[in-house]
Amino acid sequence: MAEALLEVSRLSRRFGAVDALKEVDFNVTAGEVHALIGPNGAGKTTFIHHVSGALQPDSGRIRFAGHDVTTLSMHRRVSAGMARSYQITNIFPGLSALDNVALAVQGRNDAGSSFRFWRPVGREAALFEEAKGYLEQVGLQGKDGAAAGMLSHGEQRALELAMVLATRPKLLLLDEPMAGTGPEESARMVELIEQLARRVTILLVEHDMAAVFRLADRISVLVNGQLICTGTPEEVRNDAAVRRAYLGDHL
Amino acid sequence: MALYRAAPWQKPLSLALLLAALAVPTVLTALDQAFYIGFATRVLIFALAASSLNLVLGFGGMVSLGHAAFLGAGAYVAAICQQAGINEALIAFPLAMGVAGLFALVVGAVSLRTRGVYFIMITLAFAQMAYYLFVSARSWGGDDGLPLNGRMTLGGLPLASDDALFYAALLALVAAMALFGRLVDARFGRVLQAIRENETRMEALGYLVFRFRLVAFVLSGMGAGLAGALLANLTGLASPNLLQWTQSGTLLVMVIIGGVGYLYGGVVGAVVLLMLEEMLVGFTAHWHIVLGLLLLAVVLFAPRGVAALFGPTRGNDHG
Ligand SMILES: Nc1ncnc2c1ncn2[C@@H]1O[C@H](COP(=O)(O)OP(=O)(O)OP(=O)(O)O)[C@@H](O)[C@H]1O
Ligand SMILES: [Mg+2]
Repeated sequence: MAEALLEVSRLSRRFGAVDALKEVDFNVTAGEVHALIGPNGAGKTTFIHHVSGALQPDSGRIRFAGHDVTTLSMHRRVSAGMARSYQITNIFPGLSALDNVALAVQGRNDAGSSFRFWRPVGREAALFEEAKGYLEQVGLQGKDGAAAGMLSHGEQRALELAMVLATRPKLLLLDEPMAGTGPEESARMVELIEQLARRVTILLVEHDMAAVFRLADRISVLVNGQLICTGTPEEVRNDAAVRRAYLGDHL
Repeated sequence: MALYRAAPWQKPLSLALLLAALAVPTVLTALDQAFYIGFATRVLIFALAASSLNLVLGFGGMVSLGHAAFLGAGAYVAAICQQAGINEALIAFPLAMGVAGLFALVVGAVSLRTRGVYFIMITLAFAQMAYYLFVSARSWGGDDGLPLNGRMTLGGLPLASDDALFYAALLALVAAMALFGRLVDARFGRVLQAIRENETRMEALGYLVFRFRLVAFVLSGMGAGLAGALLANLTGLASPNLLQWTQSGTLLVMVIIGGVGYLYGGVVGAVVLLMLEEMLVGFTAHWHIVLGLLLLAVVLFAPRGVAALFGPTRGNDHG
């Protein structure tokens, strides 16, 4: 088997009486698109929160790119090459689309220090040139000056993806990138993710099964905080437990 | 809110205002109103303190209710310096900034781990601690404060005349405004504002949010400390009253009146509030009430502050 980029072992987290995650063993192989599916409230977002470092587990380990990152804070994991989008769009609504992405570029280790107090960013053309490139990649060319909050919902999802890409991640954590978008925007997003998949490893949480089965190399199924199955789309489709717990309603 | 960009007319306007300010002592003297030079100096000093607060409040989104502590610390450092035989502002003022900055570092390191009302309360608590420390410090005058024996010198030139101190305060304000003006449109300032807009997103883009906030808080503390050292020279006294929470409140009110997050919000607020106070005190003993009503009017009719009335100083088309 190819090398695991992300290795999660025996990850557990309780919220009061709820076992949001229970002894989850999970890995993402470098280069693959790994979809994480499961019913509402299964713990998918909670899982992404733990992988990205927004939340700390009660127990279990997370290894990323050969290093134990379990106790690493979110921003250090981003520096290490993890970047995420959120289930609920998380951008800077008041800032222009270009500024949104330029900040993502600026945050990268190789973009130089952000502790610059004197030089106007207007003179840092490289920052904005690169940011424009990412906007074009996600189909937002020409929207540079628009306030992010004024973009359509689908455009905002795309913008968040552009920001995530601008961090040049090794691993993309996408939490329902299609959520709330129309069929056309959804289709465009699927195409985009398909293109990205050639360059970057992706952990994809998604409810849209057509998209999942089209994009995923492997699928894992989470139900009530427990991973009940991991396999190829074919294996998962034919798994009796999965059909009972989840896919029954979807296929 | 968008990222701050100076309006095109801002630079020419501030240069014109600077030229006008340079003429203030001469004009007041010619009008036989030299008495007001001291008042004008006070306005400049509070403009500096309020602008420093605006950096963290307006650009960083941190509501500090403890900035009087940094102002007071700066004043005491100046007075203590003089007591120790250091009468040169080129030594005392940087020291005042250093001590106030260090104090801000400590306050920030603790308080910036909290948010919202907790942040307000912790900054307030630190300021109150500092207040009681100075009130009870007998060797520093306790309740009465620590007086200065005349004003310091700046690079050997005496600040004894009101004109000299006015120009020193003006110089400090101009330097601070130049720094803040550049800073908010530089990488650091953009990060600071983006954190104000969406902290989680910044964290998720790989920024160590805490560090940026802390640096801004320290810079702000240093600015307030410099204002304090100047104020001690103006009034001839480092008084514990400078550290009272009402003083922090006054600075907040100045920024709110002037315009939170507008580069000149602190300056406009200090000018407006102190002039109103000066005028109203002459008219009625109940000037506090009138001032309160005026504040209410600002909040109702110019909720983004007076500076915001002068057209957009925001916008963001780089690239
Ligand atoms: N901060 C929290 N405090 C308490 N309970 C929480 C918290 N976050 C999530 N939960 C609970 O944990 C469980 C998993 O929630 P999570 O949001 O991870 O589900 P999900 O799989 O992402 O669902 P969806 O498909 O609806 O997005 C739910 O029962 C939820 O109510
Ligand atoms: Mg979810």
